[in-house]
Amino acid sequence: MSLSAKDKKTVKTFWAKISSNGETIGADALSRMLVVYPQTKTYFSHWKDLSPGSAPVKKHGATVMAGVADAVAKIDDLTSGLLSLSELHAFTLRVDPSNFKILSHSILVVLAIMFPTDFTPEVHVAMDKFLAAVARALSEKYR
Amino acid sequence: MVKWTDFECATIQDIFSKIDYDVVGPAALSRCLIVYPWTQRYFGGFGNLYKAAAITSNPKVAAHGKVVIAGLEKAVKNMDDIKTTYKDLSVLHSEKLQVDPDNFNLLADCLTVVVAGQMGAAFTPEGHAAFQKFLAVVVASLRKQYN
Repeated sequence: MSLSAKDKKTVKTFWAKISSNGETIGADALSRMLVVYPQTKTYFSHWKDLSPGSAPVKKHGATVMAGVADAVAKIDDLTSGLLSLSELHAFTLRVDPSNFKILSHSILVVLAIMFPTDFTPEVHVAMDKFLAAVARALSEKYR
Repeated sequence: MVKWTDFECATIQDIFSKIDYDVVGPAALSRCLIVYPWTQRYFGGFGNLYKAAAITSNPKVAAHGKVVIAGLEKAVKNMDDIKTTYKDLSVLHSEKLQVDPDNFNLLADCLTVVVAGQMGAAFTPEGHAAFQKFLAVVVASLRKQYN
């Protein structure tokens, strides 16, 4: 399920359209994830406020989407491009990799809400593949 | 026994009253066949599924999408006992259709994306959570008779 040239082009084109909304997308995706999949809250016990749109959620949503933007730029070699992020997730954060899928799905739902005409089935499959590839790269250093 | 809060009950009824079944059913099924192409294995008799455009315009896919959402409506109308409501459907999917139950989650995810696209910001995080719980119960009920 590796990214074809067509997938990469679709992702880059779509990303160019939506990247200015990165912070909003990230905030909404993270907010949703915490509400829809409450088990994910276990990673954020150090935050005072986990409610949708709260300050720590917004800030972290922006951080996450900046990482996704970085991944788009490094789409031709995600494994080496995301090496330090993988080390962070593996050794420091120790996020169970099953959660990457959950956050990816949450991002896709937000994209469907915010860009209903642009988020066609073709764009959906390319983005789903891309986020899965990002998740694989992030899992690289786990064991 | 699944316990639904008043909010969850009301939300599910509300969402299903607002969405256009004739649009959402076909859109969810065709999206599933496009985003997760291995699901096409169950639709060998549907003709041309080679490209996204072919899938979206395939009349058999559209017709079947409507069948699927009509099935979901049964659960919406019987939220207090989806497990019993779906007993025969579960046996059908297990013994006759022989569908890998992990595929139910793939279709559920596509349905969520389609509903989100239709409802926009009205699909709030809390509403989304209720919808997710509903779909999880539907999927579990469909899995129940597999052995």
